[in-house]
Amino acid sequence: MPKIPTQEELEQRKRVQINAETVTNAQSNDFPHHWPGEDHSWNLDYFKSQFRVKFEKNERYDAEFSLIGLDTSVANAFRRILIAEIPTLAIETVFINQNTSIIADEVLAHRMGLVPLTASRKGLDWMSWYREPTEEDRGSGQPMDYNACQLRLEAACTWLDDDAINRANRGETDPNKLYKNHSIYAKDLVWVPSGQQNDKFEEPLRPTNPDILLVKMRPGQKIELFVQAIKGIGQDHAKFSPVATASYRLMPTIDITKPILGQDAKKFARCFPKGVIELEKVTEEEASEKKELEGKEGELKAVVKNPMRDTVSRECLRHPEFKDKVKLGRVRDHFIFKVESTGQWDSDLLFLESVKLLKVKCERVKRGLDAMMG
Amino acid sequence: MPGSTQDQVMTDAQSTRPEEDEHYDPAPDQDRIRVLSGATDTAASFQFDGEDHTLGNALRYIIMKNPDVEFCGYSIPHPSENKMNLRIQTYDNVSVYTVLDKGLDDLMDMCDVVIDKFTIARDDFNAQKQNA
Repeated sequence: MPKIPTQEELEQRKRVQINAETVTNAQSNDFPHHWPGEDHSWNLDYFKSQFRVKFEKNERYDAEFSLIGLDTSVANAFRRILIAEIPTLAIETVFINQNTSIIADEVLAHRMGLVPLTASRKGLDWMSWYREPTEEDRGSGQPMDYNACQLRLEAACTWLDDDAINRANRGETDPNKLYKNHSIYAKDLVWVPSGQQNDKFEEPLRPTNPDILLVKMRPGQKIELFVQAIKGIGQDHAKFSPVATASYRLMPTIDITKPILGQDAKKFARCFPKGVIELEKVTEEEASEKKELEGKEGELKAVVKNPMRDTVSRECLRHPEFKDKVKLGRVRDHFIFKVESTGQWDSDLLFLESVKLLKVKCERVKRGLDAMMG
Repeated sequence: MPGSTQDQVMTDAQSTRPEEDEHYDPAPDQDRIRVLSGATDTAASFQFDGEDHTLGNALRYIIMKNPDVEFCGYSIPHPSENKMNLRIQTYDNVSVYTVLDKGLDDLMDMCDVVIDKFTIARDDFNAQKQNA
């Protein structure tokens, strides 16, 4: 019969200790043979009973949630997949017919590539991969409606009216009062649906943020180009990454081991971001129960209200008055994820996709292993 | 793109999309795994093509959770080569192949639990927000 550690002992084991100058107990230790007499082998039912998900925020382009009871290696796999392996559509090829602006062709093409696009999920799912043909491999051949989207940008800058040039001579510098089309924005990229795209996409393909400035022009300058957007992954180029950020941090803990009272309590609260520490009056009950609080009823006492908002700045460890009164730490298996989508996916669906992709990776390796074993 | 640009223009061809394209993976050389030389039944190094820390570390963790495993570790031998090495050593004549297979199965089971619990938590959160 394996030894079963107490809940308290387990909590202590997964606490990363944060000291003034060092961090200790950072490594996972839930492995078989690590703790004498204890069984830590993989157990799906145990994992099911321990694993929890807690949502803090779930907006389309911004989600925050906690995954509790997971190992770092797995949480990190999800994070890495979110950033680098979920496919999105981005501008890959730019065909410039005319560009007399002062932005060089290649710089302009690069800027266009980085513009995040958005469309209906249904349409994006329908799109398949496009492989550029090379000398040896014909790839996907000519781009087709099911693997490439086309957008057009046509703009020419002119004087606002006949008198504008005179106003400029008189010293007017505001471009809005002098020129037409002097700034070209992402919204000026127009989708040209081809083939079945109109039916499949339902809503038009467009830049997520319409007001990204692409080029500035002056009268007589002209841009005429079209672009092809294809599906790709962040591993290939950051423009294909579906997230602005996907990150996690560990849940901070603050343990007040000896009461912090009066002016000290106020100073203590100031060591943390707002809302982390609050001041409460010592009740009569507490004063009679605890020796340290004897005769202190009515005084202000520091209590931990919301450790999640702490930045773990360790400011409180710099002051001698809090010495041996506070312990900082982090919970090793409590990951506070933040996922910010750039527009093609909803943030919660992105995370689900990352988990699915990790599973697909396993399946792929399993197939490879089966093939190798014959 | 080399050569003329005009011939690259997309056409409106109403072609049916080829099936083979469906599962094309942009990361090259995947589906490949091999055993490095010097392997025995209870100690072997595997080389995975097209894998990195994402699968490497997660797989290492789940294999280390197996009590039959004496040692498991992974490495990326060179950062510019798209390869990942995984070393497994086992106790008591347990085959490394079954250990690796079990590790993959366990990781997939874990993914299923994460998907289920995440979906439930999200739906509860959305419902709660709507009612509030």
